[in-house]
Amino acid sequence: MTSTKKDPVVVVLQLTGGNDYANTVIRYADPLYRDNRPGIGIPEGQELRIDDEIGLHPAMGAIKEMYDQNQVAIIHGVGYPNSPRSHFRSMDIWHTCAPDRLGTEGWLGRAALDIDPNKENVVTTVCFGPSIFRALVYPGVPVACVGNLDTYGMLPGVTEVDQRAKILDRFARMYVPAIGTGLVDEYLGQIGLDCLAGADILKAAPQLYSSEVEYPDSTIAKKLKGIAQIHEANLGTRIFYCDHGVFDTHANQVGAHGTLWTEVSQAVQSFFDDLREHDAADNVVMLLFSEFGRRLHDNGSGSDHGAGGVAFAIGDTVKGGQYSEYPSLKAEDLEQGDLVPNMDFRGIYSTVLEDHLGLDAKGIVEGEFEKPRFLG
Amino acid sequence: MAEQDIPLMAHLMRRAGFGASREELEERAAKGYEETVEELLDPDQNEAFNKFRMLRYHPWAWKPGTMTGHGAGEWMHRMVSTKRPLEEKMTLFWHQLFATGVSKIDHYHELTSMIDLFREKAMGDYREILLGMARNPAMIYWLDNCENHGDAVNENWGRELLELFSMGVGNYTEVDVREASRAFTGWTLTPVPPRGPVGRHSWDFEYKDWDHDHGEKTFLGETGDFNGEDIVDIILKNPATSRFIARHLYNFFVADEPQVPAWSVTPPNDPEAIEAIAQALRDSNYDIRSALRVLFKSDFFKKARYTRIKSHAEVVVGALRLVGGHDFPSPGIGNLSKQPGYMGQELLNPPSVEGWHTGAEWINSGSLMARINFTADLISDTSRPGIQNIINRLKAQGDLSPEAFVDTCLDLMGPLDVGQEVKQELVDHAGAAGALKWGSEEDSAASTNRVSEMLQLVVSTRDYQYA
Repeated sequence: MTSTKKDPVVVVLQLTGGNDYANTVIRYADPLYRDNRPGIGIPEGQELRIDDEIGLHPAMGAIKEMYDQNQVAIIHGVGYPNSPRSHFRSMDIWHTCAPDRLGTEGWLGRAALDIDPNKENVVTTVCFGPSIFRALVYPGVPVACVGNLDTYGMLPGVTEVDQRAKILDRFARMYVPAIGTGLVDEYLGQIGLDCLAGADILKAAPQLYSSEVEYPDSTIAKKLKGIAQIHEANLGTRIFYCDHGVFDTHANQVGAHGTLWTEVSQAVQSFFDDLREHDAADNVVMLLFSEFGRRLHDNGSGSDHGAGGVAFAIGDTVKGGQYSEYPSLKAEDLEQGDLVPNMDFRGIYSTVLEDHLGLDAKGIVEGEFEKPRFLG
Repeated sequence: MAEQDIPLMAHLMRRAGFGASREELEERAAKGYEETVEELLDPDQNEAFNKFRMLRYHPWAWKPGTMTGHGAGEWMHRMVSTKRPLEEKMTLFWHQLFATGVSKIDHYHELTSMIDLFREKAMGDYREILLGMARNPAMIYWLDNCENHGDAVNENWGRELLELFSMGVGNYTEVDVREASRAFTGWTLTPVPPRGPVGRHSWDFEYKDWDHDHGEKTFLGETGDFNGEDIVDIILKNPATSRFIARHLYNFFVADEPQVPAWSVTPPNDPEAIEAIAQALRDSNYDIRSALRVLFKSDFFKKARYTRIKSHAEVVVGALRLVGGHDFPSPGIGNLSKQPGYMGQELLNPPSVEGWHTGAEWINSGSLMARINFTADLISDTSRPGIQNIINRLKAQGDLSPEAFVDTCLDLMGPLDVGQEVKQELVDHAGAAGALKWGSEEDSAASTNRVSEMLQLVVSTRDYQYA
C-alpha cells in the first residue's frame, strides 16, 4: 500500500451552515462595515490585520500565523449566479457543480473516478461524517465513510477481539460473490467485501500513528486527527472530506462564530503541524468553504442567509495571499442586501483539480472557469 | 389457520407495511390473507395516529423550521408506530413519485403538509391526487408553476406532469408540454414566500384567472379553452397513464424495475402484471385502492418474495418496528428520522424531482455499512421487547442443535431463505459453541449473547437487504 512518490492529496473542510464572510475577513477600515454591523461588528482594533484594509476574525489567530508564513490563500467573493440562499440547495450546488439543474454526481466522486478508474483502492476517498457528502457520490465509486476511526468497521458493536475476528471472517465468507446468483447479488457481494477491505486497511492507521502534536478538544480536531492518521499511514487515500458547524448564526453570533473559528483554526494548525512532523505536509492542500456568505446588514444579534462568501486554500505548496476581490459593500452594489459573488466556486475547484491533483477539470466541474492562481 | 401461511403473510407485511412481529403475523395468518389485505386497504378500521400526543411532547413538530431532522420527525414516528401500515407505506410511495425536496422549498411545513395530503389520499382517486398536487403550494414552488403566467409560460410543472406523474416519455410531444403548461397558467401560490429574516408564512394555493391563458389549446388531439382540470382528465383517458402508474406500483410493491428514465426504452420485467394493475386502474376510474387490491391478491405478487432491495426508510422503520418499544413519542425522534438520510435517503429531501433511484442503486459501500450497522446495533440490544420475544420463542423449544438454532433465527427474522452456502456459514458459526442451552443461569446468559450475535449476522446477510 505504500507508494514511493508522494501523490497529491486534497482535504476539504466544509463550514456547514453558511459562514459569515463579513466577520471572517473583515474590512475593518471601511465605514460601510461599521454601518452594516451595529450589532455584531468586530470592534476596531480586535481584528487580526493582514493589510491596511483587511483583518481576520480575532478567533483566527492560528490561521493568521499560517497566513503570515504564506501558507494561506484567501479567496474573496466566492459563489455563483442567482444564489438561492437555501442551505440545502446551495450545498447541493457546491457538491454537484450544477447550479441550473438538480445534479446527483459529486465533483469529488468524478475526481475519484479519474484518479482510480479501476477502483483498485477502496480507500481512495475517505469521508469523516455521519454520512457520505453528495460531493463524493458517483455510481460505483467506493467511499469509506468513517464516524470514529478507532471503532470504524462492520458491526462495531462486537468488540471482543476473538469474537470480532470470527464474526468478520464469517461476514466475508457470506459475501463471497456466488456464481449464478444474479447481478444484484454479485454486486452486493462486491460492495460488502469493499466495506470489509476498507475497514481492514483503515484500522492499521491508528496503530501506526504517533505524534508529538496535541490536538485541541473539539469535534473538528478529532476528525482532522483521524485524517492525519490515515494520511500518514500511506494507504493511498487521495481525497478526504469532513465538515464542521453549525455556522448558521442567525442569533447570538458574537460568541458562537468566535468559538467555531477558534475550533477550526486551532484544529487546522495542529493538523498541519502533525503532517510536517511526519514529513507528510507537502503534498496536501486543504480547501475550506461554506455554502454561502451571510447578509451584510446584521439583524441585531446575528446575520441571515446571504450570497457571496469566502474560501481558503491552505498548505505548504499554496501561494499565500488574497485572490479575487472583496465585493463592494456599497448599498447600490448589493443584491437583496447581499455581497455579490465575483469568483465562481468552480474556478477554485478547477485550480485544485488541475494544479494540484493533475486532473482535467472541465468534465468534472462542467465547464471552464477563471482559476485563482493560488497553486503552482 | 395453518403455519405454512406465515411466510406469505410476512411477505405481505414487509411490502404493504414495514414488517411485523411473529405474534402479529400469527394473528393475521389466523384471520386470513384476503381479510388482512382488506383490512390494510381500509385504514379507518384501525386507530389513527394521535398527533396531539406527539405535539405535547414534541412541540417543534408543529410547523418545523428548516432544521434537518425536525422536518421528518413526526413522519418517522408515524411510520414506526402506526397501526395502519399500508397507509404510511402509500404515503412513502407518493413521496417517492412526487419527489419534492426541502433543498428548494426551504420550508418544512409546506412539505409536511404535502405528506399529510398523501396520507389523506393514500389509496384514493388518482385524479384527486394529481389535482391535489397541481394545487399544492410546495409542488407549485418546486416546479415553478408560480412563474407560469398567461403571457409568459414556464413549462416545468407541465412537463413533469406528463413525464414523471402520468404518461411517461414517448406518449406526448413538445407541443403537448407547451399546451398543458398554458392550461396551468394562473395556478399559483399566495403569498409569494418571503425569503426575508423573520419567520415563514404559510403558503396557500390561489387560482388567478386574470393570469390564466384563456386561449384555445390543442392537447393530445383535443382542442378547447382548457384549464388544468381538463388536462388532467385528458391525461387520465390515455391508457399510457394507467401503465405508468402501474409500473410505479409494481416497482414499489412487487419487484425492482429499471430506473424511471429508462422506462420509455426498456420493457417491464413482467408486462402481464403491469397490464393487470393498469386494467384495474382503468376499470375503476383510477381508484388506487382497487389497483392495490388486484396487486396484493395476484399470484405475481405472492411469488415475488425477496425480489426488491429495501429502501433505506424501509430498513430503518422495519428495524425499529422489529425491536419494538417505539409506540411512545420519546426523545430522540428527530435523530431517528435522520437515519435514512445517513444511508442516502433523506426524507423530505430527495435528490431531484425524479425521486430516489431504487433497487441496487440504494447500495454503495457507505450505505451498506450504515444499513447493517444501524440494524445490528438495534438488534443486539436483547432487552428490547421484540428481541425478548425472539429469545422466548427460542427458549420455548428447549436445547437446540446449531442447525435448529440457525433455522429458528432465520424463521423468526423472516422467514428468510438465505441459500445453502450462507446457511452453512451460519450453522458453522453456531456450531463452534455447540448446542444452545437454557438450563442454568450461566447457560442462559451465554445463549442470550449467542442469539444476539446470530441475529447480527442474519441482518448482515445480503439476503436481509431484500424485502
